Amino acid sequence: MGQIIFAVVLVGAIALFVYHVRLLRRTILLGRPYHLSDKPSKHWRQMIEVALLQKKMMDKPVASAAHWVIYVGFLVVNVEVIEIILDGLLGTHRLLAGHVGVLYDIMTVGSEIFLALVLVAAVVFLWRRNIQKVPRFHTAEMKGWPPLDANIILWTEIALVIALLIMNASDQALQQRKVYEAAGTFPVSRFLVPLFESLSDSMLIGIERTAWWVHILGVLAFLNYIPFSKHLHIFLAFPNTYYAPIQPAGKVDSLPQVTSVVKEALGLAPAEGATDGATGTLGAKDVTDLTWKNLLDAYTCTECGRCTAVCPAHLTGKKLSPRKIMMDTRDRLEEIKRALHKTGKWEPDGKSLLGDYITAEEIWACTTCNACVRACPVLINPVSIILQLRQYLVMEASQAPETINVLFVNLENNGSPWALPAADRAKWAETLT
Amino acid sequence: MAGKTLAAWAATGEKPEILYWVGCAASFDDRAQKVARAFVKLLDAAGVKWGILGTEETCTGDPAKRAGNDFLFQMLALQNIQTLQTYEVETIVATCPHCFNTLKNEYPQLGGNFKVWHHSQYLLHLIEIGRLKLPENGVAETITVFHDPCYLGRGNGEYEAPRTLLRKAGARLREPERHRDFALCCGAGGAQMFKEPEPGKKDINIERTEELLALNPAQIAVGCPFCMTMISDGVKHAGRQGEVRVQDIAEILAERLGLI
Repeated sequence: MGQIIFAVVLVGAIALFVYHVRLLRRTILLGRPYHLSDKPSKHWRQMIEVALLQKKMMDKPVASAAHWVIYVGFLVVNVEVIEIILDGLLGTHRLLAGHVGVLYDIMTVGSEIFLALVLVAAVVFLWRRNIQKVPRFHTAEMKGWPPLDANIILWTEIALVIALLIMNASDQALQQRKVYEAAGTFPVSRFLVPLFESLSDSMLIGIERTAWWVHILGVLAFLNYIPFSKHLHIFLAFPNTYYAPIQPAGKVDSLPQVTSVVKEALGLAPAEGATDGATGTLGAKDVTDLTWKNLLDAYTCTECGRCTAVCPAHLTGKKLSPRKIMMDTRDRLEEIKRALHKTGKWEPDGKSLLGDYITAEEIWACTTCNACVRACPVLINPVSIILQLRQYLVMEASQAPETINVLFVNLENNGSPWALPAADRAKWAETLT
Repeated sequence: MAGKTLAAWAATGEKPEILYWVGCAASFDDRAQKVARAFVKLLDAAGVKWGILGTEETCTGDPAKRAGNDFLFQMLALQNIQTLQTYEVETIVATCPHCFNTLKNEYPQLGGNFKVWHHSQYLLHLIEIGRLKLPENGVAETITVFHDPCYLGRGNGEYEAPRTLLRKAGARLREPERHRDFALCCGAGGAQMFKEPEPGKKDINIERTEELLALNPAQIAVGCPFCMTMISDGVKHAGRQGEVRVQDIAEILAERLGLI
């Protein structure tokens, strides 16, 4: 009976997760095309360095150390989750114990050590966020859901760790009484065993089974929480660092549909009659005008705020926060995703990223200094989104600030940002001897 | 002087080694013009034959692009590329990191492929190949803070050339807390130079200059005409213009060589 219930819950949870991952993929692919220009080997290398080895995390040693612990802990403990799932399906108890010899002890020792370390790291993260109040976790956009999301993740991790430790401790008590067969070595939960020694066999079995179920149901519930959480970064960091362009941060690509129009205007290319010309929106008004890489960026963001903490505009009190740009993009995408879930298709709803989420004041405050891009541990690029929003404001909506319009007029008339005659360009050299 | 316009070079039937891309700031701004003059004196000292486009040069289009006007950017870029190709330009040196970045990274997509140097890289190159010789007599080291330009540093990964050059020119470098890839912007990039800042509690150049001045340097070294303006204003705002100079790398080197 237990096996059947378990199988149903497991299949249901995985099916639900797959549904939401596919919905997420569909939402991201509403973005404009984006192509890689480098060899796949270079992108694999970038992914290994940045996502797998977390190279950019190291900028902040304390956060990096705690993050490494939870990251490796997640991988190590998941080996045990494989056994838990097999046990659940086959009705066995610690299935691997009899089959892998001393490896089982290595697995249980490794898992327990990391359970303890993860517990410490999660407490460190909770401390930094809620007690030490690291400033980047407490800017304007970090109100309501974002900090709650972060705390839910950390407390869930702590709860899952405690469930496993209780399960292992009660298991050991039962092993000592020969109720369960001896299996595994538990360097951490052994210290909890005395707490359970006075309990009856049936009570202990009840606790062991309950902890087992709480843990695996918790894991499956958490799996289905992830698609709605900043925790998505544990999966998306990999594709996001793979697909990030490999080029100098200073480079901004030119719009090809503009090139054909300008070449025609300059007489550099023959008029091709009905070329696609400047069809489609220039720049971005809504998320669907951004590339799918921009949208993947938004879902990969885990709101760590390293970008905002180094943004010169933010540091001097302007409204711009690169993290908010990413969070707004994602929140708008979530709105679209919910519509896709409900009706199966996306029809414009009269709202847009620019205006309803991000204001002109924010995007005009950017100096394009790329400090946010440098700071991001998973290669997210907020400047790319900011520039596309500016392109829409300027080329489609004609809503540049007045001084910027003066800049444009000067560039058109004098080929210089200032209203100074081109004839004077070489005057500086006249005083040379 | 071994420099003239490319039109004048063409008339002689000779070709200069490099095109010096002056940029709008050094063409029109009094302070930046001094940097241009220091730079070409260094070129002359190294015996480099250099050319400028003169009246045929226009803005690279950087501020238009970063202000969201890709039409205007591409208009300027394609015209410049045409001019550069007419003169068969191969090597360009720019004293402005914004021009440098645009010419180097953004012109290739539009068909303009050139070897592009920032002047700090090119001057270091001239020293390394022995064409620009530093005096052997020692010099009292000047306490100097270098302010990384975003479009040279983070934008193009060049942190060493300006520092090496400054040390060779007798600077004792002190690094501000935010330096190299985490250097704070001066506040001028992304077309901010040409607009009023959004409402806030402070101007970015003040924030940055305070950080630089906290190290008590005798001079602040810059490698960008816009940083020059922003940091100079910041020094004035702090009332320290009498004691702290703001100098371009080229000026510091030219001074060391006794050229200015």
